[in-house]
Amino acid sequence: MPFGIAVFAIAVSFGILARPLMGSVAPIVMSIVVFSGSAQFGALAVLNAGGSTAAAIAAGVLLNARYLAMGLALAPSLRGRALSRSAFAMTTVDASWASASQGDGTFDAWYMVGVSIPQYVGWVLGTIVGVLIGPALANPNALGLDALFPAFFLVLLFEEARGRRRLAAAGGGAGIALALTPVVPAGLPILAAAAAAVVASRMRP
Amino acid sequence: MTGTWVMIAALSLATAGMKLAGPLSLGGRPLSARALTVVELLASALLAALVVVETFGKGRSLTLDARALGVAFAAVALTRRAPMAVIVVGAAAVTALARLL
Repeated sequence: MPFGIAVFAIAVSFGILARPLMGSVAPIVMSIVVFSGSAQFGALAVLNAGGSTAAAIAAGVLLNARYLAMGLALAPSLRGRALSRSAFAMTTVDASWASASQGDGTFDAWYMVGVSIPQYVGWVLGTIVGVLIGPALANPNALGLDALFPAFFLVLLFEEARGRRRLAAAGGGAGIALALTPVVPAGLPILAAAAAAVVASRMRP
Repeated sequence: MTGTWVMIAALSLATAGMKLAGPLSLGGRPLSARALTVVELLASALLAALVVVETFGKGRSLTLDARALGVAFAAVALTRRAPMAVIVVGAAAVTALARLL
């Protein structure tokens, strides 16, 4: 539930920020079928900066490349037929994946589904509310809505980055992203941060 | 407008594909210990990158603005074990307040 409420607030800000660029229907459809805060905000940021559709897609895909890794980590914990494994895997989102991790490399798949469902409801409803109230707001950034997202990621990071290696991975990832932001297109600095995980994996636990 | 729908379709298909690739190809087989360690560390590395880019990034440049105060509030609230909704809404409120002053 706490994730559902926070996700609702973030989705409201997505709806508000997306409406001027995408119209009223597209942001809601996007939240229903993509259901990924970082990809949706990432793609929106590129469009907002005047980027092309292709650049927005690339940013969104790169931001979501972590699902490849998250899916690989999740795979050994999923049992049963391909269809049932797929159904569980489709519910993967950052917060539910992280909170379903049992710390030994295995995941509680049903727990993940239980965390994902309220988030999905909050995400879609929040987007609808954002699209509806958006036109009444003169300047969404005056409400500090752009700070919701880093605060949200910080909460997830705080839960996740425990122990020496994870802290090293986090520090390295932040450093890489900061260094690359002025140099490469949006989305790439986030993906490049993955290199910090490879380096930190060589450290002793 | 067509571009918007192409983007939505592409992102939903790509996201589903990336979520499904591991579980469909591995199906119950364990990863090597080495690969699992990298995967375990990926979330920390990428989340930290997202925090700094969303706090200090402005297009392709870095900037220090009111968002940093909001995120600083979130960091303090986190160490005081505040509920998640308080942390994220508080971060927005602090940022908004800083812009007013």
